[in-house]
Amino acid sequence: MKYGVNEHGYYGDFGGAYIPEMLYPNVEELRQQYLTILNDASFKAEFDDLLKNYVGRPSPLYHAKRYSEKYGANIFFKREDLNHTGSHKINNAIGQILLAKRLGKKRIIAETGAGQHGVATATVCALMGIECVVYMGEIDMARQAPNVSRMKMLGATVRPASSGSKTLKDATNEALRDWIANPVDTHYIIGSVVGPYPYPDMVARFQSIISEETKKQLVEHTGKQLPEYVLACVGGGSNAMGMFYHFLDDESVKLVAVEAAGKGVDSGHSAATTFLGQEGVLHGSRTILMQTPDGQVVEPYSISAGLDYPGIGPQHAHLYKINRAQYVSVTDDEAMNAGLLCSQMEGIIPAIESSHALAQLEHMTFKATDNVVICLSGRGDKDLDTYIKHFNY
Amino acid sequence: MDNEPSTISYKMNRLNQLFAAKKENLLSIYYTAGYPALNTTVDIAEALEKAGADFLEVGFPYSDPVADGPTIQHSSEQALENGMTLNLLFEELTELRKRVSIPILLMGYFNPILQYGIERFCTKAAELGVDGIIVPDLPMYEYEALYSEHFIKNNLSNIFLVTPQTSPDRIRKIDELSNAFIYLLSSSSITGGSLQLTDNIKDYYKRIKAMELKNPTIIGFGITDSSSFKKACEYANGAIVGSKFVKLLAEENYMEKIPGFIEAIKF
Repeated sequence: MKYGVNEHGYYGDFGGAYIPEMLYPNVEELRQQYLTILNDASFKAEFDDLLKNYVGRPSPLYHAKRYSEKYGANIFFKREDLNHTGSHKINNAIGQILLAKRLGKKRIIAETGAGQHGVATATVCALMGIECVVYMGEIDMARQAPNVSRMKMLGATVRPASSGSKTLKDATNEALRDWIANPVDTHYIIGSVVGPYPYPDMVARFQSIISEETKKQLVEHTGKQLPEYVLACVGGGSNAMGMFYHFLDDESVKLVAVEAAGKGVDSGHSAATTFLGQEGVLHGSRTILMQTPDGQVVEPYSISAGLDYPGIGPQHAHLYKINRAQYVSVTDDEAMNAGLLCSQMEGIIPAIESSHALAQLEHMTFKATDNVVICLSGRGDKDLDTYIKHFNY
Repeated sequence: MDNEPSTISYKMNRLNQLFAAKKENLLSIYYTAGYPALNTTVDIAEALEKAGADFLEVGFPYSDPVADGPTIQHSSEQALENGMTLNLLFEELTELRKRVSIPILLMGYFNPILQYGIERFCTKAAELGVDGIIVPDLPMYEYEALYSEHFIKNNLSNIFLVTPQTSPDRIRKIDELSNAFIYLLSSSSITGGSLQLTDNIKDYYKRIKAMELKNPTIIGFGITDSSSFKKACEYANGAIVGSKFVKLLAEENYMEKIPGFIEAIKF
């Protein structure tokens, strides 16, 4: 793949494995084994079976007729919101739990921000009967209380991350510390296309099912494999990478990644990483991240807990730098309005993360023949409180 | 990359001179610059030298110190709140070599160095009399392929960590790339734990001793008192005390307590 990772774990200038020696054996074991395991026939069979019969794949590619009329193009929603546990996160969790089993791991750790990845991880651990510990920022635990309860009900232990800013990046730090202390029996299921190599590549491969299915489904809908536009929201960037993956080499397809501008890119309350960030190293990879001139990581803000991560995956940083994908941002208000519009025009309440991708439609102009695919990465049940407060329902 | 042994390009620095002169019971102390207050870095270094520390590691703080336990995390947060930056640290170190003669290493995470500029960082550190750098999250591949020239040019020793899980091949490679000492972790853990001399850990120390590495070894993580220091020195050339000293800095009148602290560990 032209835009894929090289043997040292780099995408152009980005990627690598900037990890302390304590993590080296864990990450090296993964690096040596992940491709062999992923390409193994029995692994593929088990992964495909679970995606079909447990997750409910393929997720529909839905032709949104009223949206198409409104925006003057053929708009399709890739319905990751219909997956078991309510988002695309389960694709990666299934892949990694099967990998962990083959590596002989007895214990799983994960980080979570909004709780979607934590729930997906707790779910697959319950499915496989493996011990599960999820790290979650103290502040996120308070604002996403229902997901904390879901994880507990699924049998996971939820440990508060009370260091630093007490949110997703600190939960990631705590998970990494746990992995340092438990290097032999534990696998760390990272939830996005971030972290040291091979994680960004491995997670992208597990999520690439999204674009693999989309290509086939587009043929059924349009007679063509390729759309003109593909849109997805980006926090760390896993649904976007899954949605872009099989279109990367098709240069005619315009890829649009939508970041969270929060209260506005220049408001001081934003998570628009490519607009506000510089190149640096975060959580084991060289990427673009929001930081002070002194190299301290800045706490981002978005109304969507799944998008307020200070970095983006290294492959995104590469696609941004070489202009293969366009990186844009929409504000909290724009996203919330898009979520409401989608609810009332299509009968689908999207996750606020996904509403960011929908909001970008307002800023685009299309030809009537354009085919446009938007990744509806998750459902809005978890966000009802936030929607209700915002619109005073 | 040419694969000539990196030692050829180095001149002896203070670390090399120290290790040539003293082979055992070397005591190193770690502390975080800017903690508990700004403008204390050189004062603390001077007091530690007088008290009998052999060399020092001065940490510069980072917002996301994944290899550190609660004590050093807290000191980093406090130092950042106090306004510590690399620029400020380098200002504080202007007086360093007028007042302190033992070897000094800077220790911290890679991102602040990257923002400062790695070449500029190495040049500045060397100019102020720093002898070595410890960057836990700068791996061997990236160091060798991308950055080693700046270290070598400035006569700075880059210190690698080794854990009980590090493979013999990798230890050999680390030995080849090192030119001052190798930092042996007492267990696979973050900073601030306790020294557990299980049979596995003893085997690990013995295994490394039997490798007859060209570089001296110093044990760190979990060294808190005279007993753990002495045990560590049975297996290596010396040991590093970090979290325990950082805890002392939280106490009142900590400057007056430094001589007693060092004495209690060394003797």
